[in-house]
Amino acid sequence: MNTDLNQILDKYKGDATRLMDILTDIQTEEGCIPSDAVAQLSERLGISRVEVEQTISFYHFFSQKPVGKYAVYLNDSAVAEMKGRTAVAAAFEQEAGCTFGSVTEDGVIGLHNTACIGMNDQEPAAIVNGVVFTNLTADKAKELVAGMRAGKAVQEMVTELGDGVNSSDLVQSMVKNNIQKKGDVIFSTFESGSAIKKCIEMAPEAVIDEVKSSNLRGRGGAGFPTGLKWEFCSKAAEKERYLICNADEGEPGTFKDRVILTETPQLVVEGMIVGGYALGAQQGIIYLRAEYTYLKKYLESVLDDYRQKNLLGNNIAGKEGFNFDLRIQFGAGAYVCGEESALIESAEGKRGEPRIRPPFPVEKGYLDKPTSVNNVESFAAVSQILVKGAAWFKGIGNDKSAGTKVLSISGDCEKPGVYEVAWGLSVQEMLDMVGASNTKAVLVGGPSGTFVGAKDFSRKICFGDLATGGSVIVFDQSRDILETVSNFVDFFCDESCGSCVPCRAGNGIIRSTLDKVINGKGTKADLEKLTELGTIMKAANRCGLGQTSFNPVVTTIKNLPEEYESRLQEESPYVPTFDLAASVADSCEYVGREPNL
Amino acid sequence: MSEQITFTIDGKQCTAEKGDTIVAAAKKNGVYIPTLCDFEGLKPAATCRVCTVKVNGAPTTACSATVSQGVEIESNTEEITNIRKAVVEMMFVEGNHFCPACEKSGSCDLQALCYKYQMMVPRYDFTFPRKELDATSPKLLIEKNRCILCKRCVRSSITTNGKSLFAVAKRGNKTVIQMDKTLAADLSEEQAKEAMELCPVGAILKKETGFVTPIGQRKYDAAPIGSDIESNA
Ligand SMILES: Cc1cc2nc3c(=O)[nH]c(=O)nc-3n(C[C@H](O)[C@H](O)[C@H](O)COP(=O)(O)O)c2cc1C
Ligand code: SF4
Ligand code: SF4
Ligand code: FES
Repeated sequence: MNTDLNQILDKYKGDATRLMDILTDIQTEEGCIPSDAVAQLSERLGISRVEVEQTISFYHFFSQKPVGKYAVYLNDSAVAEMKGRTAVAAAFEQEAGCTFGSVTEDGVIGLHNTACIGMNDQEPAAIVNGVVFTNLTADKAKELVAGMRAGKAVQEMVTELGDGVNSSDLVQSMVKNNIQKKGDVIFSTFESGSAIKKCIEMAPEAVIDEVKSSNLRGRGGAGFPTGLKWEFCSKAAEKERYLICNADEGEPGTFKDRVILTETPQLVVEGMIVGGYALGAQQGIIYLRAEYTYLKKYLESVLDDYRQKNLLGNNIAGKEGFNFDLRIQFGAGAYVCGEESALIESAEGKRGEPRIRPPFPVEKGYLDKPTSVNNVESFAAVSQILVKGAAWFKGIGNDKSAGTKVLSISGDCEKPGVYEVAWGLSVQEMLDMVGASNTKAVLVGGPSGTFVGAKDFSRKICFGDLATGGSVIVFDQSRDILETVSNFVDFFCDESCGSCVPCRAGNGIIRSTLDKVINGKGTKADLEKLTELGTIMKAANRCGLGQTSFNPVVTTIKNLPEEYESRLQEESPYVPTFDLAASVADSCEYVGREPNL
Repeated sequence: MSEQITFTIDGKQCTAEKGDTIVAAAKKNGVYIPTLCDFEGLKPAATCRVCTVKVNGAPTTACSATVSQGVEIESNTEEITNIRKAVVEMMFVEGNHFCPACEKSGSCDLQALCYKYQMMVPRYDFTFPRKELDATSPKLLIEKNRCILCKRCVRSSITTNGKSLFAVAKRGNKTVIQMDKTLAADLSEEQAKEAMELCPVGAILKKETGFVTPIGQRKYDAAPIGSDIESNA
């Protein structure tokens, strides 16, 4: 290994809870985590090698084998497939001379699949050494490989820049924001510093009361009331407290947090500072998915800006004793790390395995201290609530769901992108808004959400009906829904943390049963078995992943039964998964016997 | 003295100490709740999910959750029994469990639960995965075909230097148990024995001695799993 490990370890003070950062630095420098690094880490951190490896092997972007000088991570999520990924992947393979999942013999180019990278409105897309390339075509792929062969710097291969802040000096990315509709809360006017100014005039309890009375519910998906979560955390006995912004945004089809962080990070940062004040937290963490590393420099500059204005750090805005600072923690490719307790484990340098609850993070969170984890958009809303008032916020949306929701809409529609809408929009209204026609199905809430068919297009997007963390994917009549379902089943098989039997094994059983149906060997009994398996997984799994991962299958069986019916063996109550005669043919031939079945 | 609390399990009035896990509290009242990953003296990991119960209607794992005053617990209901049986079946099809050839047969908690729930043929298709057998340690054999990833071995402190001999690796359906080769090289006879006894199935086996206890005298040969607890009812 060429990298000076001591230097990296010193940077993080040899702190084992910073293992994620340490491994990220090694992976970036070396293109892998070599075995001598594992040995040295084990030595220096006082843990066994298998303990170092358990963290490394959990994360998609850490690899003990070299990933290539140019490591291409091409999104293989459902919408990428719909937008032509296959041709792009084929071009990469042909030009590079290796297949996906491998590295060229000279070690120059590595081709890797990766789950949704938060670019569903500009797919096919790939990340090469941290730089994002969107709207790829086969030609573009060829060009990229040629650039790699010529030894170009990856950033040099970016030939056009995206809209808004994406084209700024600190970002220089071709990613597009595609803000199609601005609403009253997130993409509206905000004067930087105003939320902080407002909050320090109030008592911390009054800040929490204001958030509570706004009826703001968490925007990350689960919809827990933000004010209540803050109140629990502020009442915890321990005074050392933490605040975490969940910017892991891993649900396939979601990309709104990326756009919020690009266009209006001030709202988010200020929401966190307000939260720090309200909770009496001294330290905040923005847990940002590794896919968004291209925003690192820019977001750090935003934080620096706040520090320079004395709005972050000690005695914030001149308020004696109001000390709060923020750091960015990168993930390394694991969807389950969006689950708040898994996120905390990950931020502590461990495998992202959800914790047993209770205790909840508000009692025992980061480093076992009281911690509130909130979504990017939740923090952004808090800033506006402080400035414009809870009553104003409640006036937007419907009775169960106050405020606006930023939706990430992709798939078969004319105008994919980000839409800030008042809660309570019907699916049909949403389809009209995005220019979708001939629609067969809509997936609201990502793979862990609900597939709805035409008969349900009058249902509303809000808590109490179709709740969503923001992912909305549209499918037109030409789509084979089971292809998409199949893609998401693979996703969950890989992204399960692997702890619970009914998640680890259950997703595998869904995989094989669905294959049976897709291969024309399924029966009605198989569909019933899948639905039953869903109820078992919901009751018996620990976290939201295993409690919803059957949804792509179960909600399509329920809401789009016609997608299955044509494939079923109508008559037969039972059809074996495999062909017995074919399975024994080899051995029969070998011993010279006729199959006797 | 610690605080006594009352609650019900399937309608039966029970008493236990505040802070008891539901599994422990049930045991005190002669109610057996099946467990696999749970092990006395180790922090709960709640990975196997076989102890699933409902507390006031909400599902939870009885090995990790503590009882509280006045709760109504459902355990031996048709619904929960079906979940437990399904979970056991999942463990069966997820690995390669050929009981007649396994040294742990008769003393295996997984096998015992299969009998308890009268699993004839699992409702799910077998997957026959390819798994590794790690024979690199002079003292231990790790038969990953049988591992149910309960993490008992991971949570234990078999070594004396505070470093973990076992850890999990990867994730999702590729999750696998790993033994540290450096640490495994220096295991004592006692440590190897401890590791084998810790494992609820036949995944950790001590080398050199084998099949010591004859069939007929093994742990669950005479009475089914949980019957010792139920006989205290
Ligand atoms: C598998 C899984 C993935 C999740 N991913 C995210 C995510 O990417 N972003 C997020 O904010 N919340 C995510 N959540 C929800 C979080 O656990 C948590 O509820 C949320 O961050 C709390 O913030 P909020 O109340 O502001 O929504 C996820 C939950 C699960 C079970
Ligand atoms: S449900 Fe799945 S992802 Fe969640 S803790 Fe269990 S195994 Fe891990
Ligand atoms: S080896 Fe045994 S103790 Fe360890 S996780 Fe596997 S089954 Fe559990
Ligand atoms: S014994 Fe409770 S989950 Fe395994």
